[in-house]
Amino acid sequence: MATTVNEKAPTASSPITGKSNDLSKAAVTRRSVRMKVNGESVASEVEPRVTLLDYLRDRLQLTGTKKGCNEGACGTCTVLIDGKRMNSCLTLAVQCDGREVTTIEGIGSAEQLHAVQQSFIDHDAFQCGYCTPGQIVSAVACIAEGHATDTASVSEWMSGNICRCAAYPQITAAVLDAAAKSKG
Amino acid sequence: MRNFDYHVADRVDEAFSIDGTQTMAIAGGTELLNWFRLGIAAPDKVIDIGRIAGLNTIERSGDWLSIGALATLNEIGEHAIVHEHAAVLAEACLAAASPQIRNRATIGGNVLQKTRCAYFRAEGPLPWACNKRVPGSGCSAREGLNERHAIFGWTDACVAVQPSDPLVALAALDAEVEIDGRAGRRRLAVAELHLTQQEAAAAGLDAALAETKLRPGEVIVGYHVPVRKSERSAYVKVRERASYEYALVSAAAVVALQDGLIARAAVALGSVAQKPWRLRTAEAQLVGQPPTRDAVRPILLAGLADARPLAHNGYKVAMAAGAATRAIVEAAA
Repeated sequence: MATTVNEKAPTASSPITGKSNDLSKAAVTRRSVRMKVNGESVASEVEPRVTLLDYLRDRLQLTGTKKGCNEGACGTCTVLIDGKRMNSCLTLAVQCDGREVTTIEGIGSAEQLHAVQQSFIDHDAFQCGYCTPGQIVSAVACIAEGHATDTASVSEWMSGNICRCAAYPQITAAVLDAAAKSKG
Repeated sequence: MRNFDYHVADRVDEAFSIDGTQTMAIAGGTELLNWFRLGIAAPDKVIDIGRIAGLNTIERSGDWLSIGALATLNEIGEHAIVHEHAAVLAEACLAAASPQIRNRATIGGNVLQKTRCAYFRAEGPLPWACNKRVPGSGCSAREGLNERHAIFGWTDACVAVQPSDPLVALAALDAEVEIDGRAGRRRLAVAELHLTQQEAAAAGLDAALAETKLRPGEVIVGYHVPVRKSERSAYVKVRERASYEYALVSAAAVVALQDGLIARAAVALGSVAQKPWRLRTAEAQLVGQPPTRDAVRPILLAGLADARPLAHNGYKVAMAAGAATRAIVEAAA
C-alpha cells in the first residue's frame, strides 16, 4: 500500500523566460518529505505546491480520501495529522514532513470495520457515500475529542463535513451511538 | 497552483525577507493555499514559520494573557485560561470556520485573512473589476451585489469588510499585537492593526490594497490581552446558517458591572468595515446603564448613526445594534 516514490526533476525548460518571476526555476523545485501514513513510513520528492490530498491520492494511491471542493469548504478530504482532524486540501504535503497521517484506509477495512463505520451502516448514515470517508474520519476525531455528547454538540462539531444528500440526522445518530458504545 | 520554493524556518528572523508578494510566510496555510489557487497570490518562495519553537504558547503572565501567533483557533478556543480571562476570544475562535480548519488555522494568520467579497475571491483572470486584484480596474461591489459589504470606512475604490471573528474579540479586549521585524519588536493595539479604505487613502496609501499597518518583512508573533478581573465578555455572530459560515455581522462585548450597572463597556463590531469597529462613543454612554436590552439598544443604535450603508446592506445597521445588544446582555448575565 504505502510506497516510496522518488521522482527525477523534469529537464524541460520553461517556455517563459526572461522575466523576474518566470517559472523555469520554480517549476523544478522539489522537496523531500518523509511521513508516516497509516503506520507506514513513506519518503518522496514532491513539488512544494502539492497538497497532502493530491499526494495521498495521486502518489500513494490512497483514494479513500476524496476531493470535493478543494478549498476547505466540504470536509470530504478530512484526515488525521498527528491525531488531529484537518483538511488535506488545505495542507501542503511538505508541511507534513515528520508527521503521522491517518486516512480512512488506516481507520478500518472491509474485513475489519471500525466501530464508527459499523455505526454509519447501522444508522443508514449516507446515501451517495462521497462524503462518507471524511465523515468517518471526522467522527472518529469528534468522539476522541469528547465532543460527541449530545445532538447539538455533534451537529456543531461535525459541521465541517458537508453531506449534500443531507443525511445529517442519521450521521448525528451514528456518531452519538458510536460514542456511547466506545464508552462501554 | 503555481509551484514555489519552500523553506522551513527555525527562527522568526528567517521570515524577515517576506514581502507579501514574491516571498510569503505560511503557518496553517488554510487561507494561503486558496489564494494560490485563485491567483490572489503567486509567490516564488514560501517560508514555513509553522514549526518555529515557542510561538504557540498560551499563558498568563501577571496582568496579561499572552497567546503565541502559532496557537491554533481550537487550542485557544478550548483553553481553560482563555475561557477564564477572555471568554469572548474563546467563543469567537470556536465560532470561526470548522473543527478541521481550526486545527490548522493559527491566530497569527487568521487576522490577516482577506475579504470574502465574491468579486475579489474568484479565480483569475477576473471577468470583472476589482481594485484589490487588478489595481485601477474599479470596484464591482460598489454598485453591484454589496449586501455583505461595509457600512463604515469604505471608499469608492473598495467596499470590502474584514471577516475574522477572533480579531473582533481581540479588539474589544483592548489586546495588543506583537510584531517582529528587522527594526525589532513592536506592539500595536489590535484595533489599530487594520486600515479602513478611508484610513488608507488618508495616509496616502492605495485605498484598496493597503489593509494593515504591517510593514514588509514584519511577522505577527503573538498577542497580549489585558486581564481585568471584574470584566466579563461575550461574542455574538449572526450568520445565515448555525455553524461553519462567515458572519453577516458580529459583535464582541466586554463589560464590568458595579452594583448591577455598567461600570465599563467595550464593544467591537465585525464584518461592518475592513477593521473591527469599536463603538467608542456608545461605550462611554453605556456607563451607568443597566445591562438590559431596553437600556443599551438605543445607545448602540445611536452609536451607529454615522454608518454609510450601500445599496443592499442597510440591514446591517439594525443587525449590528441587535448583535451588540445581545453581546452586552449575554456578557453581563
